[in-house]
Amino acid sequence: MTAEITKPSTAPLEWEYATSREATDILDLEDKYGLFIDGEFVKPKSKSYFPSINPATEETIAEVAEAGEADVDAAVSAARRAHTEVWGPMPGAERAKHIFRIARMIQERGRELAVLETLDGGKPIKEARDVDIPLVAGHFFYYAGWADKLEYAFPGIRPESLGVAGQVIPWNFPMLMLAWKVAPALAAGNTVVLKPAETTPLTALLLASIATEAGLPPGVLNVVTGAGKTGAAVVSHEDVDKVAFTGSTAVGKLIQSQLAGTDKKLTLELGGKAAHVIFEDAPLDQAIEGVINGIFFNQGHVCCAGSRLLVQENIHDRFVDKLKRRLATLRVGDPLDKNTDVGAINSRAQLDKINELVESGQSEGAEMFQPDCVLPDRGFFFKPTLFTNVAQSHRIAQEEIFGPVLSILSFRTPEEAVEKANNTPYGLSAGVWTSKGSRILWMADQMKAGVVWANTYNKFDPASPFGGYKESGFGREGGRHGLLPYLKWSES
Amino acid sequence: MSRLDVKKTYKLYIGGKFPRSESGRSYPALNKDGEVLARVASASRKDLRDAVRTARGAVSGWAGRSGYNRGQILYRIAETLEDRAGTFVEQLTASGSTSAAAKKEVGQAVDRLVWYAGWADKFAQIYGNLNPVSGPFFNISAPEPTGVVGVIAPEEPALLGLVSRLAPVLVPGNTTVVLASESVPMPAITFSEVLDSSDVPAGVVNLLTGSKDDLIPFLADHMDVNAVDAGGATPNQLTRVQEGAVHNVKRVVAPDGTGQSPYRIAAFTETKTVWHPKGL
Repeated sequence: MTAEITKPSTAPLEWEYATSREATDILDLEDKYGLFIDGEFVKPKSKSYFPSINPATEETIAEVAEAGEADVDAAVSAARRAHTEVWGPMPGAERAKHIFRIARMIQERGRELAVLETLDGGKPIKEARDVDIPLVAGHFFYYAGWADKLEYAFPGIRPESLGVAGQVIPWNFPMLMLAWKVAPALAAGNTVVLKPAETTPLTALLLASIATEAGLPPGVLNVVTGAGKTGAAVVSHEDVDKVAFTGSTAVGKLIQSQLAGTDKKLTLELGGKAAHVIFEDAPLDQAIEGVINGIFFNQGHVCCAGSRLLVQENIHDRFVDKLKRRLATLRVGDPLDKNTDVGAINSRAQLDKINELVESGQSEGAEMFQPDCVLPDRGFFFKPTLFTNVAQSHRIAQEEIFGPVLSILSFRTPEEAVEKANNTPYGLSAGVWTSKGSRILWMADQMKAGVVWANTYNKFDPASPFGGYKESGFGREGGRHGLLPYLKWSES
Repeated sequence: MSRLDVKKTYKLYIGGKFPRSESGRSYPALNKDGEVLARVASASRKDLRDAVRTARGAVSGWAGRSGYNRGQILYRIAETLEDRAGTFVEQLTASGSTSAAAKKEVGQAVDRLVWYAGWADKFAQIYGNLNPVSGPFFNISAPEPTGVVGVIAPEEPALLGLVSRLAPVLVPGNTTVVLASESVPMPAITFSEVLDSSDVPAGVVNLLTGSKDDLIPFLADHMDVNAVDAGGATPNQLTRVQEGAVHNVKRVVAPDGTGQSPYRIAAFTETKTVWHPKGL
């Protein structure tokens, strides 16, 4: 008997994945959505609607009302009345139970929310399902427990709610940004008028109906959909006591100037251009994963994205080679596919902006690398991209791209790394990878950023404060610190 | 023949030195009867820029000191102020305070400094904490100084107002450019001599006298000022500060009296949160 020996194939390994598409039949969507004011969906006085499209297919998902000034006024009045008559006087323990109940219902309907988040915004379903929605539920659960413990949060003060909070949130984490703003506001006893981003309004509307189902009293949470004009009407409404905004630094400055001369309280969570510093003694394989997560998480639509990679010079070439190999394994495509790593760019406008900045990177002399991957025919997509030979003066090293584009610079000494890391008007986040404990703590001290991830990146938690230095804004969201912007107090 | 007394020239305080205004301008400080007590320097835009530059240069040194050390220096300011109480009482009385009110004000200013001195090595324990995140991470939040802070001192009480607004800004390690009381400037200038002889490093406090209406726009618009305490601003001046703040997203604190509170320290800090994985 002779054994048959099969020679191993010399063909390259195939890494094709079979499609594994998340079903969308869990959703029960309307064709047309009104505004959520005083506990019910109402037609807009503006009589105006706009489409919310799926950025992966460019198809309209639903028509959404565009709130005008009269609509915003109705929402603020409802919030004021709810604050004066219901939510303000309600004992903290009762408020807590309302918020706990919302947290539980978010968990219960998590899959539905995750699918809609992916459909409306373009993020990979595995991120919406495993990161966004669990964190959303977590935020409501975390802040629910504070509602009857506010007097223990900050020593020496008698805390009180501010009144009506006007909140304007971005499209990159529609539900999560809602949770970051709404949960602490409600826990502190405020009522809310929320303006979701115009490209991603649907999950906020679904949450509003969940809150109603959970028994949240009418007027406590109001959702007014629309674009910039609607947002401006919310923040400049004279009966709004507190404004919280997350978005670009340019719009944040506009809001800050609109509020000059008023006594409204303001928190701003704005842009970033985070330095991600890799020392020669870093655990390189882990660092590669950290860098990938740092810039390609949510297509790089992340204000704290690690978009400026600083690699110590003696490992630069080796690290970049590894990075390129890893880039080639990223699966770009249908956000609803459970295998997808990089989904759709949120909008045509954002895709144009990314293209413009990437072209500037090439024309200013940086060297571009993109893996050989096929993008879908329809929808807004952009290949994971990295630039080497980047100078600090290049626009791609200075400006927030808000896309899957990494700029790579090098450094020799820790002092030089700090100098370069801090050489930006922003100061939202920073990352550092090294095996040396004392260097981690020194770097964490030196880097001017509100969040420093050491030997990890893009980690978020309801208990962990988040927010920026310098032009990345002020105020913190998350944790005990996140309550303070929603309170006023007297001291004994 | 009686002896002619020697009068002091009241100048600016920038980078640990006492320069005249580069503009060569001064204005009269008047007493309660409208008589000229002295002429004081009218700081210019260039003086303000010099003050901001020296304040920026002093941030890392001051912020880098231990809270214990900053606390001792603040306590030393209190000692020196107490030592020179008589001069301050004279100046406040000349500007219209009763003798009893002036003595009380100086005493309160000394006590306020002592109170804040004690916070320097403690406030981080009140504002900072470990965060119990849902994962294998060490996660801690702690306050850091905001950087260069403009302080618009109240017109009155000229000394207590200045000390009450300045001390909490210094506690966490910020450096400052102070616009002194315009109508009662002499106590502020004398206070800069107290600072200068109390181991406060050069550049940590820079004090300008002159027209607030002239100087506030330059302070508010300056791209290297991180925050402004508008404690002594009029409503119009406050609005101007808030408008200028937009250029580089300055933090602005509105007037809220001359009391004492650890939350006044917190207003000039940035919370930094650091994550690190736990594992074998």
